[in-house]
Amino acid sequence: MLTVRSLLEDAWYERYKRISHLNIRSSIYDVTDRCNLRCKGCFFFSSDEHRAAAEEKDLGAWEAFIERERTRGVNLAILIGGEPTLYLDRIEAFYRRLPTYCATNGLLKAPRDRFPEMMVGISLWGDEEDERELRGRDTFAVSSRHYAGDPLAYYLYTITPRQVGRVERMTRRIRDVGLKVHYQLLSNDEGADGFNWEQARLAELRAELDGLLERYPDTVVSARYYHEVLTTGRMFGRPFGWNECPSVTESMDTRQPRPRRLIRFVRWASDLRTTHRCCTSATRDCSTCKDGAAHMSWIMVSKHAHLRSAGDLRNWIEVYEMFAKLYRLLPW
Amino acid sequence: MASNVGAMDLRTLDDRGLERRIAEILISELKLEDVTADTFDVGLDLVDELGIDSMDLTTVALVLQDVFRVAIDEDDYPRLKSVRAIREYIRSKIGGA
Repeated sequence: MLTVRSLLEDAWYERYKRISHLNIRSSIYDVTDRCNLRCKGCFFFSSDEHRAAAEEKDLGAWEAFIERERTRGVNLAILIGGEPTLYLDRIEAFYRRLPTYCATNGLLKAPRDRFPEMMVGISLWGDEEDERELRGRDTFAVSSRHYAGDPLAYYLYTITPRQVGRVERMTRRIRDVGLKVHYQLLSNDEGADGFNWEQARLAELRAELDGLLERYPDTVVSARYYHEVLTTGRMFGRPFGWNECPSVTESMDTRQPRPRRLIRFVRWASDLRTTHRCCTSATRDCSTCKDGAAHMSWIMVSKHAHLRSAGDLRNWIEVYEMFAKLYRLLPW
Repeated sequence: MASNVGAMDLRTLDDRGLERRIAEILISELKLEDVTADTFDVGLDLVDELGIDSMDLTTVALVLQDVFRVAIDEDDYPRLKSVRAIREYIRSKIGGA
């Protein structure tokens, strides 16, 4: 019988043991329906999720809700929006009760004296040119000032098709402000002109990201296997899609047979009652979804599938370590 | 899947028989290959060596509850470290030796 121990050398086995008991139960929370940007291709607005429910404004209701979530077994709160930093009191309600990760565009700073241990992921949609076209302004100019040198913040760099061959420049800029970067891909939900992916470009990008990971190991938080699965959309020959995605809200998951999935995962709207189908938009075509977190989770919940060779299991470990670093469950 | 075992049956099942039943459940639920209930190492660490994750553990725990008719609190999942540990846990729940 193949076992983890029989497949791995000592050093890799120790790495496996560091992550094997983490037992993460995350959920995602829309902190608000408002945002201080209006980005082309943002699934939250393109699919009208901001209209799905009227946001709860009573802080006491947020606090009671978060307590219920903690009782439900959630041990990692992932805050998205709208823009969460528009409501620091709501962020603080989470932060005081649960390990918390906050996604932000970085235009407003989550103050460190108030959130000293909170992980912050700063969104970035390419270089200045793409950012101006898709988001209306160069957010890096502002967010890099706010978070330069912050040991608990990193850039979540959403790569657009136009960025292929040009990712290194922004990676260097991120390194130069003392931050780290994790890559994901734009899912062009609004069909913005010139931002659709072609398979050949994805193959080029995969090679480019592998090279960046090798050349900037202290800056890039990633894994070659993650690049492979994300750019090909396949794992062991199986295509990513609705029948495979692990990031579907548990109470809305009617799939049969039910695939391996994130335990207890729910994505909550900001009224604290409505749930969204998944971690991105319900209007998105799952077969073309490029969501990095969903692909990462797809790998992570498929441990047994990777127990067929030492190489496969090492790939799985590297992706799990990447996840653990992004949420500060392991040091960088 | 293994058939249900009532509390009375559990008391008459010896340790080896109970471990064999548990191994059968693990093999069936986790679709393990190259191993039988007779060859399963009852001391094998299910997480660190066999590589089962929290979802696997939840699945296995639910089946154990159904088959052995014992309640398994989720806080106790970390105690289910091996076939032997599961056997001891189930025994403790029914008050058997």
